[in-house]
Amino acid sequence: MTVPAPLGLLAELTHACPLHCAYCSNPLELVARTDELSTSDWLAVIAAAAALGVAQVHLSGGEPLRRADLPEIAAGCADRGVYTNLITSGVGLSAERLAALPVDHAQLSVQDADPAGAARISGTRAWDHKLAAARVVKAAGLPLTVNVVLHRHNIDRVDTLVALAERMGADRLELAHTQYYGWAQRNRSWLLPTAAQVRAADAAVAGAARRLAGRMEVLYVSPDLHTGTPKPCMGGWGRQQLTVAPNGDVLPCPVARVLPDLPVDNVRDRPLPAIWYDSQGFNRFRGTDWMAPPCRGCPRREVDFGGCRCQAYQFTGDAGATDPVCRLSPHRPLVDAVLATAVLATAVPAVDAPDVAPEYRRRF
Amino acid sequence: MRPRLLAGATLRWNAARAQWLMMLPESVVVLNETAAAVLSLCDGERTVTGIVTALAAEYDGVHAADVEQLLRDLADQRLVELS
Ligand SMILES: C[S@@+](CC[C@H](N)C(=O)[O-])C[C@H]1O[C@@H](n2cnc3c(N)ncnc32)[C@H](O)[C@@H]1O
Ligand code: SF4
Ligand code: SF4
Repeated sequence: MTVPAPLGLLAELTHACPLHCAYCSNPLELVARTDELSTSDWLAVIAAAAALGVAQVHLSGGEPLRRADLPEIAAGCADRGVYTNLITSGVGLSAERLAALPVDHAQLSVQDADPAGAARISGTRAWDHKLAAARVVKAAGLPLTVNVVLHRHNIDRVDTLVALAERMGADRLELAHTQYYGWAQRNRSWLLPTAAQVRAADAAVAGAARRLAGRMEVLYVSPDLHTGTPKPCMGGWGRQQLTVAPNGDVLPCPVARVLPDLPVDNVRDRPLPAIWYDSQGFNRFRGTDWMAPPCRGCPRREVDFGGCRCQAYQFTGDAGATDPVCRLSPHRPLVDAVLATAVLATAVPAVDAPDVAPEYRRRF
Repeated sequence: MRPRLLAGATLRWNAARAQWLMMLPESVVVLNETAAAVLSLCDGERTVTGIVTALAAEYDGVHAADVEQLLRDLADQRLVELS
């Protein structure tokens, strides 16, 4: 198999963040600020990535604005002709700061359709900052994507979320069901919506997408646990994207740290091209040769690449198994059992009472 | 009909890859030369006829039906808006 050059780099500049979202997919073991790559380290990573063929860099985290050197890092991307996407909570995004950031696009996360709901899920009062951040992005003439992670406590408000994104002037609205990794996995029983909630949201999103066609693009990331259709995670392992964690660890996906046997290389120890092309970690699940039945021989194996390795590991203990959300997986009953708990949780009101709190992403 | 790129989408030549790429806010699409040539003319001002004329001025053997079909395919892939 010839290995294609990567197209995208997810640069997780820091795990520091003013918010504490209970759905945060960041790892439970957050990288300390003292272990973060330096400015020159990041500039070298970006140069190496661009030389390797990377055309798009996502500046993310944590909260990328927590890095004082963000302007230099963004300029490093611009200098290499890379399309730069700022993924931010919006907290700390003033007009002055944005003016110093040569980025092509901003993606702003919004936690709920009202201040109280947003504070409940993020453990932070950031509502006014979000509205201000959206104004700043639009005033700068940048395209704006509003991103909302959907879960049991905001999924019934799709229409108000859409209205909020319209008011913010979003060019795109991404309504993405929670992926259960990191803190979201920890809080899964608190976050998981019922099948009925998902069906109602599906319809509301489809209606909004039709109504707004040509004005605001509405994107929807379906909940794979419910649909039974595995996601082609990262467009295939080591195929299009790489992630560099705040400490310089290079991963095929931001969550892959959870896989216990995965050898992980660091940009401080090994050149990026060697990591991409030759490392054990990146070659571990490349292509389709590693697959076992039912993926092996399945006509969809080049479409979804067998789904998510981390989800396979989290449910079955075997990172090489078929993603258990797949209806063809012998482990699908494990997923159905988890879905059944969502119905139970909403049927017993006490579990949803306001005093029952999730475990917020660790403070930093 | 005046085809235009989606919000936040731009077309870029990537020297390291020697490829035309469509940059979308969250993804990159590798384009072949024909698609890149057509998309570079989708500025929201030119009509489909205008695009065909501009292409015919630069390339031989441009057929309106082929261009229209390509535009429909690109619209299906959400790379261009035909409104
Ligand atoms: C980890 S955040 C980092 C950037 C910034 N702090 C923010 O929240 O926008 C990157 C993106 O992932 C999304 N996200 C976080 N946890 C998620 C989860 N469990 N499932 C799906 N998306 C998630 C966020 O909404 C955000 O758009
Ligand atoms: S998802 Fe929330 S907690 Fe996690 S990095 Fe983004 S804003 Fe911070
Ligand atoms: S068996 Fe594997 S390849 Fe086939 S649909 Fe399921 S996850 Fe995808």
